[in-house]
Amino acid sequence: MTVKCNKCKEEINKEDLEKNYYICPLCGKLNRMPAKNRLQMLTEKFDVMFNDQEFTDPINFPSYKEKYESAREKSGETEGVVCGRGTIGGQDTCIFIMEPNFMMGSMGTVVGDRITALFEYATKHRLPVIGYTVSGGARMQEGALSLMQMAKVSAAAKRHSDAGLLYVVCTTDPTMGGATASFAMLGDIIISEPGAMIGFAGKRVVEQVTGEVLPDNFQSAEFQLKNGFIDDIVPRQEQKAYLANILAIHAETVSA
Amino acid sequence: MANENLSVYDRICRTRKSGRATALDYINATITDFVELHGDRCFADDHAIVGGIGRLNGKPVTVIGIEKGRDLNERLLRNFGCVLPEGYRKALRLIKQAEKFHRPVICFVDTQGANCGKGAEERGQGQAIANNLYELTDVKTPIISVMIGEGGSGGALALAVADEVWMLENAYYSVITPESCASILFKDPKRAPEAAEHLKLTAADLNKMGIVEKVVEEPEDFSEEKETAHFMKKLADDLSKELKQLEKKPVDKLLDDRYEKYRKIGRYSEYSQAVGEVPGAAQLLGASQAPARKRRGLFGRG
Repeated sequence: MTVKCNKCKEEINKEDLEKNYYICPLCGKLNRMPAKNRLQMLTEKFDVMFNDQEFTDPINFPSYKEKYESAREKSGETEGVVCGRGTIGGQDTCIFIMEPNFMMGSMGTVVGDRITALFEYATKHRLPVIGYTVSGGARMQEGALSLMQMAKVSAAAKRHSDAGLLYVVCTTDPTMGGATASFAMLGDIIISEPGAMIGFAGKRVVEQVTGEVLPDNFQSAEFQLKNGFIDDIVPRQEQKAYLANILAIHAETVSA
Repeated sequence: MANENLSVYDRICRTRKSGRATALDYINATITDFVELHGDRCFADDHAIVGGIGRLNGKPVTVIGIEKGRDLNERLLRNFGCVLPEGYRKALRLIKQAEKFHRPVICFVDTQGANCGKGAEERGQGQAIANNLYELTDVKTPIISVMIGEGGSGGALALAVADEVWMLENAYYSVITPESCASILFKDPKRAPEAAEHLKLTAADLNKMGIVEKVVEEPEDFSEEKETAHFMKKLADDLSKELKQLEKKPVDKLLDDRYEKYRKIGRYSEYSQAVGEVPGAAQLLGASQAPARKRRGLFGRG
């Protein structure tokens, strides 16, 4: 089966793309990676947690149910984030990975609740949290309830931090709006992937509002690194080793 | 209550109309001995945020408002109430100062949204808002936020993580503007009135959802001096009364209640069960408390 590279638009073998961490073998650019593939790439073992919520449509929003059902089908996931506990390089850790194929990782009450529960679990069991973000922002279909998830997750992240525990974020393409304005920017260490777009307001919106034409690299990971908002850009193939090293260093300081 | 028959979109248009009281009107009417304090100590002074110290019915408070400006010149100066990252950082600086001196905090929130521009993105608009949410969840002094007009998404939330959120009856508070929502949903911004109905963004809606504690009755017309003065006096009295209650709580209880207030909005997972063998998971999740899948009403009131 062939798929098109999102960047160069050339046809590529789907298996080749998957084996190559969703990096296009032709142009070398990163394609969006489903949560389960990231977990395979990063972890030796992983147990899913907090994944049994049923669909709710809290403000009866038009066509939400249909969108939700097609997102479940398209992604094979039950919601926009997968949470659980596993090991990276042998280090025990909590992990959340957002799912690009589920309404572009938009954050509704379930996403907010899963990540909050994960932070609470990690705080109780004195574990670090590794988070991968990909999100268009708060989920419009759940109204202000989605907005409140930003406060809720931030509160849980704060308590985890105050307990002296480590939170590492990898912001991936795209991380925007309510995700950036909450948990994506709250890590002790924040890394990103080459070329990922990370920002608050979307580039097109900024252009429309200000009438300015913005450079190609606006809001890229490289732009965020230059402006001081992320710690580093780590290629996808190197992320496991990078995270394992960080976890190991912190494991020593915690036990010391 | 005034204007019961207004459509949702009418209410929104009303909050955007000039002539409605802005944050400075509230500060001038409710706070005495006000001293404005400027700047974020890092980059600049954002005029969309007015902050300082003063007295509310004789008691010292820190007060912060998002000011839109009352005429064109003022509006330009204040970026139409669209706060820059340095504005959020200034607000947080003043709130941390309030914590240090054990002063409670009052915020008057009125913004169509955080500033959307090149500079705002370069200076970390997302990071600034995130940091406010993070710190406000844990500030060791009482906070009351009053939504007085527009409550535009994260830009408003950055000053509305509080022990009590009050909202004027015609104010709105939304994850997205009805216009943007209509563009996405119906591919037509002109259908904003319809989108506004769907978004459940009125004070009454948010009160029902447990996001807003109190709906504040507002004057029919803010240009009516006597009526407005009476409204401001009552608001100041209600704020004092509420602060007195909040100040009675031990700090740990204040912070736990604040945490729980947000925690219960869209709570599912306390009854979830971990799949697979996760050591200790059942213990945390309180599996013995209730059968899996059964959950409390979404708004924590069911």
